[in-house]
Order: sequence, then structure tokens, then C-alpha cells
Amino acid sequence: MSHQIVSIKVYAAVFGALLALTITTVAVSKLELGEFNFVAAMTIAVIKATLVVMYFMNVRHANSMTKLFVGAGLFWMAILLVFVLSDYLSRGLLPGPGWL
Amino acid sequence: MADSDTTLAIHEPDLRHHFDDSAQQLDSSTLGMWVFLVTEVMFFGGMFGAYTVYRSMYPEAFASTSHFMNVTIGAINTGVLIFSSFTMVMAVRSAQLGQKKAIIAFLVLTLILGCLFLSLKYVEYHEKWVDHHIPGPSFQYQDPRYVHQAQILFFLYFAMTGMHAIHMIVGAGLLTTLIVMAACNRFSGAWYTPVEMIGLYWHFVDIVWIFLFPLLYLIGHTQ
Repeated sequence: MSHQIVSIKVYAAVFGALLALTITTVAVSKLELGEFNFVAAMTIAVIKATLVVMYFMNVRHANSMTKLFVGAGLFWMAILLVFVLSDYLSRGLLPGPGWL
Repeated sequence: MADSDTTLAIHEPDLRHHFDDSAQQLDSSTLGMWVFLVTEVMFFGGMFGAYTVYRSMYPEAFASTSHFMNVTIGAINTGVLIFSSFTMVMAVRSAQLGQKKAIIAFLVLTLILGCLFLSLKYVEYHEKWVDHHIPGPSFQYQDPRYVHQAQILFFLYFAMTGMHAIHMIVGAGLLTTLIVMAACNRFSGAWYTPVEMIGLYWHFVDIVWIFLFPLLYLIGHTQ
């Protein structure tokens, strides 16, 4: 089998980290950080998703073909959001963030 | 080589003849599952794209809706889903070790947590119904400036959490199938592919919720 068995400690640590990050994201949302609230919430969400993908979905031990497909999925998602936003922003259809 | 000859000789029922060995067969299943999950990323991506555009258009209206979201239930449900991902991964681990009773126990626990999530979601939907926050003719909003714009947020809320809940219901059905298969001794330490693939699906649904929770519940908590 290509899969070695991962120790329970690793899974428990990831589980603990995910719970801690959930509490953090709720706590941070109560602070007044302006636009940084959104940045903080998304950063925490991306960290949590990365932990799930790498440890629970075991992509860190996956073969390179699977990693390529996972990366392609994220890349296409990025195309979707970046192109949609650049279209709306460049036509002046959105107010745009304050720093732009 | 001798090992794979033996495998063929005893006519391993779970190794299809067009694969060299069970490792190749598992790699193939994993890749296929990921291709499916990428289509799911694109499917949810369209809704996240719509959310991004409308939130940029009406930031104040979207922020005002956070007062009417049940953050406590949302946060508890996040914990419930994360816990269910942990029990799912423990089910896969038990399958790798060939521990039949542990597989069933962890799968049942995962199923119970999934049902708990859906029950709490029902409580939230009921609150929205009572508060007239369901988009449509009877929609009411406390801030008269944002009636139409807030309705867009609640439309996205129901579309995204509803689609997520449908994925949870499908997942619950898949878990039930796995429990029956495990009870019928279909899995061994050498072959447990369905447990692992449905595990990937379950974790994907967890990840969708990891993004939905801050985007729908925690937008304007400071105001």
C-alpha cells in the first residue's frame, strides 16, 4: 500500500488546531479592524482549509498527478474570482475598496 | 512480482484485472475522486463569485445582516463539522488497520454528527422563517434602507447553505451505505477504497462550510 498509517496524535493535533482557529475567527470578528476584518477572516479560513486538505484529505502524501489536479482546481477558482472582479471593478460597477 | 502472482492466483475480488496492482487501482480512484471534487469547487465557486460581486456592491447592507445571523449555532456547527471530519479520518485509519468494529463505530459517529449539523441548520432556518427573512413576497427587514439589498444576501445565504445541506444529506446516505458495507465485511486492510473516497467528499463539504461560516455569519459583527 502506498499509504502509511498516520498516528492519531497528528489527526488530534489538526483537529485541535481547527477548533482553535474557529474560536479565533469568531474572536477576531468582534474587533474593529476595518477592511482588515475580511482579510483576517479569509486568512484563517484558508489556513483551516489547507490543514484539512493536507492532513485529513492526505494530499501531502498523494502522488504528483493528484497534486496537479488539486492545484488546477484552485487555479481555475482564482481565474473565476479575479476575472469577475477585474471586469466589475474596471467598468466602475463596484464602489471598490477604499485603498484602490 | 511473486506477490502479485499470488494475488492473481487467489483471484483477489477487489483488484480489477486492468490494474497492475492495488496501489495503482487506489491512485486511479483517488485521482477520479479529485476530478469530481474540482467540479464541485467550480460549482460552489459560481455562488462564491456571486457573493463576492454583491457584497462589493452593497457592503453596508450585507454587514447589517450579521445581526440576524445566529453566530452561536453557526460556530457550534463549525465545531460539529470539524469533529465529524476528525471521526471520518479515524474511520479511514481504522479501515487501513483492518479494524472492522472501529470502522463502524467511527462511521456511525460521523453520521450522528452530520445529522446534528442538519438539525441545528433546521433550527436556524426556522428562525429565519419566523423573522420573515426568507426572500420572497413576505420578506421583511428591520432597516428600511436595505430591504432589497439584504434580500440578496438572504437569497445567497439560502442558496449556499441549502446547497451545502443537500451535500450533507447526500453524504449521510453515503455514510449509511459504508456502514452497511462494513457490517457485511466488504472492507479489509487491503481494500477500503470507498471509505477513503467518501472521506474525501466529507472533508470537501467541511471545507465549503469553513468558508461559508465567516462569509455569512461574521461580516459586520463590529458595527
